Amino acid sequence: MKDINAELLARRDEARLGGGQKRIDAQHAKGKLTARERIDLLLDDDSFEEFDMFVAHRCTDFGMEKSRPAGDGVVTGWGTINGRMVYVFSQDFTVFGGSLSETHAKKICKIMDMAMQNGAPVIGLNDSGGARIQEGVASLAGYAEVFQRNVMASGVVPQISVIMGPCAGGAVYSPAMTDFIFMVKDTSYMFVTGPDVVKTVTNEVVSAEELGGASTHTRKSSVADGAFENDIEALTEVRRLVDFLPLNNREKPPVRPFFDDVGRIEESLDTLIPDNANTPYDMKELIVKLADEGDFYEIQAEFAKNILTGFLRLEGQTVGVVANQPMVLAGCLDIDSSRKAARFVRFCDAFEIPILTLVDVPGFLPGTGQEYGGVIKHGAKLLFAYGEATVPKVTVITRKAYGGAYDVMASKHLRGDFNYAWPTAEIAVMGAKGATEIIHRADLKDAEKIAQHTADYEDRFANPFVAAEKGFIDEVIQPRSTRRRVARAFASLRGKSLQNPWKKHDNIPL
Amino acid sequence: MFDKIAIANRGEIACRVIKTARKMGIKTVALYSDADRRALHVQMADEAIHIGPSPANQSYIVIDKVMEAVKASGAQAVHPGYGFLSENAKFAEALSAAGVAFVGPPVGAIEAMGDKITSKKLAQEAGVSTVPGYMGLINDAEEAVKISGEIGYPVMIKASAGGGGKGMRIAWNDAEAREGFQSSKNEAASSFGDDRIFIEKFVTQPRHIEIQVLCDAHGNGIYLAERECSIQRRNQKVIEEAPSPFLDDATRKAMGEQAVALAQAVGYTSAGTVEFIVDGDRNFYFLEMNTRLQVEHPVTELITGIDLVEQMIRVAHGQPLSITQEDVKINGWAMECRLYAEDPYRNFLPSIGRLTRYRPPAEVVEETRVVRNDTGVYEGGEISMFYDPMIAKLCTWGPSRPEAIEHMRHALDAFEVEGIGHNLPFLSAVMDHAKFGAGDITTAFIAEEYPEGFEGATLPEAHVDRIAAACAAMYRMSEIRRTRVSGRMDNHERHVAADWVVQVSGHGTPARDIVVHIDADKAGAFVSVAGKSLRVEGDWVPGASLAQMTLDGAPLTLKLAKLPGGFRVRNRGAELKVFVRSPRAADLSRHMLEKLPPDTSKLLLCPMPGLVVKMAVEVGDEVQDGQALCTIEAMKMENILRAERRGKVSKINATAGDSLAVDEVIMEFE
Repeated sequence: MKDINAELLARRDEARLGGGQKRIDAQHAKGKLTARERIDLLLDDDSFEEFDMFVAHRCTDFGMEKSRPAGDGVVTGWGTINGRMVYVFSQDFTVFGGSLSETHAKKICKIMDMAMQNGAPVIGLNDSGGARIQEGVASLAGYAEVFQRNVMASGVVPQISVIMGPCAGGAVYSPAMTDFIFMVKDTSYMFVTGPDVVKTVTNEVVSAEELGGASTHTRKSSVADGAFENDIEALTEVRRLVDFLPLNNREKPPVRPFFDDVGRIEESLDTLIPDNANTPYDMKELIVKLADEGDFYEIQAEFAKNILTGFLRLEGQTVGVVANQPMVLAGCLDIDSSRKAARFVRFCDAFEIPILTLVDVPGFLPGTGQEYGGVIKHGAKLLFAYGEATVPKVTVITRKAYGGAYDVMASKHLRGDFNYAWPTAEIAVMGAKGATEIIHRADLKDAEKIAQHTADYEDRFANPFVAAEKGFIDEVIQPRSTRRRVARAFASLRGKSLQNPWKKHDNIPL
Repeated sequence: MFDKIAIANRGEIACRVIKTARKMGIKTVALYSDADRRALHVQMADEAIHIGPSPANQSYIVIDKVMEAVKASGAQAVHPGYGFLSENAKFAEALSAAGVAFVGPPVGAIEAMGDKITSKKLAQEAGVSTVPGYMGLINDAEEAVKISGEIGYPVMIKASAGGGGKGMRIAWNDAEAREGFQSSKNEAASSFGDDRIFIEKFVTQPRHIEIQVLCDAHGNGIYLAERECSIQRRNQKVIEEAPSPFLDDATRKAMGEQAVALAQAVGYTSAGTVEFIVDGDRNFYFLEMNTRLQVEHPVTELITGIDLVEQMIRVAHGQPLSITQEDVKINGWAMECRLYAEDPYRNFLPSIGRLTRYRPPAEVVEETRVVRNDTGVYEGGEISMFYDPMIAKLCTWGPSRPEAIEHMRHALDAFEVEGIGHNLPFLSAVMDHAKFGAGDITTAFIAEEYPEGFEGATLPEAHVDRIAAACAAMYRMSEIRRTRVSGRMDNHERHVAADWVVQVSGHGTPARDIVVHIDADKAGAFVSVAGKSLRVEGDWVPGASLAQMTLDGAPLTLKLAKLPGGFRVRNRGAELKVFVRSPRAADLSRHMLEKLPPDTSKLLLCPMPGLVVKMAVEVGDEVQDGQALCTIEAMKMENILRAERRGKVSKINATAGDSLAVDEVIMEFE
């Protein structure tokens, strides 16, 4: 009897070889895995279900018809990460350099449509030389089809991009519209125009790595949310991120069993705030000590370090955390930190992830650099994001909450659900010294009087109790019991329901 | 008995004294500087009095300030601890004038023994063999060079008021003598307020063995056996034990009797220590007498069962000793490891900062095991740059030396410290060192056995297999938990595999792929490694930073940190990266490129947080291999940074007085 599967299996084997062993070896020699190897590591063992394995391009120009490899440079399908469904596309650099053709784009669009319909995240593993030039405008059209779906999927299902090779020209705009971009150090880069064009147009000499490597995009441009040492680490950490995220905007964030005491007391937090109000401390310590099992997934760790953003779990449930970092620029808000945090807050709000805000902010960074750069508009992004967010919001002021920055950082007035303060909190329009110099301008020349006024001001305002008297602070809590208090606050908000008025969309100051 | 005593000290020793005072029903008064406002000794004492700014020379060693606080507190006695004012005759005099008892020897004995030059003369007069050296004071570097030449190199340059390795340098040639004289003098001035220096012959291959004596004011004096303190780095003791694995009864008796005779010759009372250098033939030479409680006194307490602080307080109160020489028996063996806030991978440079995690092993007293941790810090406390970097003394006791060492191995593995660099890995490595295990040690042990510094212990393959098995079992548990997340696809859940490849690497540990198969059950797992099955059990849960497991019944304690796809593991002095991967991922990992660390060979980086004391070169200078480039003061120690190779200075980014962070670029070379 003839084996009915024989041809299928043979065709599959051929398709799985992509651009052939020689190109696979070349990919490996660069320290990169192939498209299929990457999918193997991203998804649970044996969970990948492929679509369109035999799709081939239709281009007949420039002799392209002679080579029509199965799959056309991208592997697409779905599978599971720890048993939860995700859709994935993985560009195959061994086939035409992973370049995007009309059919290549169609494959991506197909899984994006299914992801939206079925409510599961889309993970794109990007490794592509760019447009399939031989196809001309058909390739560009393909990009635009993908872009449109990125826009439609935004806020519906989480979209994650991993840049694992080149990503240049129009290709960058698909990842740019996804929720998270991760890069692999030394083997990936992203730019709109490459070093050659840059040199031709501006005479600027720059390497691909400098122009658009992982370091550039995680530290300078903030295009990328994180960078990893190699393919294996990147895929391992994407799996870890997916564990934090809901599958779509109709689901609650995931919950998993946890091995940590909800009421865990951390006595060391009582000494986190230094004696001297101008001495920095590491806010990350508070985050790690609050989180279940000390597990914190930081987003944009290398950019605008004066604010920390990322995910943790409380009682097994995902919580997004935004925290001023006194170690950098005294934890002030500025253009970069406002943009970084605003985008994070909006992601959390879009996907029903509760937000924990830890506040130690001396205000907005002053200076022409900031004003000319539009700190008013960028600072307003964070204010706007917090103000529109309807997810559970719990805020803890650890030390300074001065001026407008106090308002911005998820204050009671922005519909904060629980606004806690440590006994070390100082909620005021500004620091005592500055305030005294304005209120008692007449006494400026008398150092003794100013010192007395400053002390008086400190006594009056350098504490959480004035705000607590007005109800702006719901409760002053002991640092050591912050985990228990915050966890209980979020527990009590599990049924929270709050709707903003209907609108087509808002007009956040972009 | 006294109703209330003050402790003119800080840190672990202040806490140690408070513990005994509390046991004796005596109230305690702590003194503290600005930096110690939140220190443990302040929290433990019944009362606490602030005595000034953070630097010790503006607080703890200012006699007037201490006296003022003592008087205000109404304390009837003062325990001075070690260091600071403990061997300061003026302080003892001031107390006596104020009618407050000094928990220590009489002024005369402090004066006689406290000064190293005088004490050596006295010892010689008493017929005790001493090391050759120049007894006079030395005025300048040139004189130091001349005297050193006369004695013959190598020589030891020492601060007259010194102790604990501070103000002490070994010189092997004229240049080093000149430089050593100056830095000893500077350090002595900043640490003790006394910059007198003397020089003596440096005895090579010596052991440092000291005799604990205890005398009362009624003419009774006994010795409480010896302590061996040969494991030293830069003359600073690191590991001590009692008894010494080297002494025989006859030598012990001879040393003990001489020590007591010397003490009694100067009218000594209280606890004191007579330090000797012992050579390979068990010839011993008097080194100095410390007229105070020693840091390492707990090992003596553990083998004799005598609370030395209690005895000191009783003697200070005028009571006669209730113990006779015949009562003193050596019971078992005790080890002490000093936990320093020093980074062993950066040539033991001081590390300061907040102790974000500090969990010592549980203290236990059992029939065949004692674990004791004398500490002055707590989780959330601050290690400041103002004081000694020692943060704890971990002691173990067992019926025999191997047992005491074995207990220490586990206690060190179970000690959790985060937030600062610390020497736990180094201490563990010494515990596993064959020469140390055999008791074959000299004061040059560290310099000889770790000539290139310490980069982490190399563990035997079989032990690495055990670690791999434990990590695989733990990782699999974590992965199983991950599959229990909400929102998964029913009937299509992930099944966590039983086959894994553990990829282990670390400094001194060759990278290895270890294939394992895990058969888990409710109580643990059988992990087969290279065909051999190991039973792994423990109460570890995902996320815990310490794993206390048993492997085939034998304990294994791992300190863990998270890595993507594995753990960073500290155990037995090794720091390992342990990735637990599926066979597929392990196979693919061979394609990953090895990344080289950035080239810093053309830079001089600041190895520790500290203050620039002096820049020794200028831009454009050609420097030679080993030439001094600049001096950084950290933790009151002057550290000379030297050129690692020849080069030309192209840029200098720091000047004297600058305060620098770790890895800040001090200067650049062409």
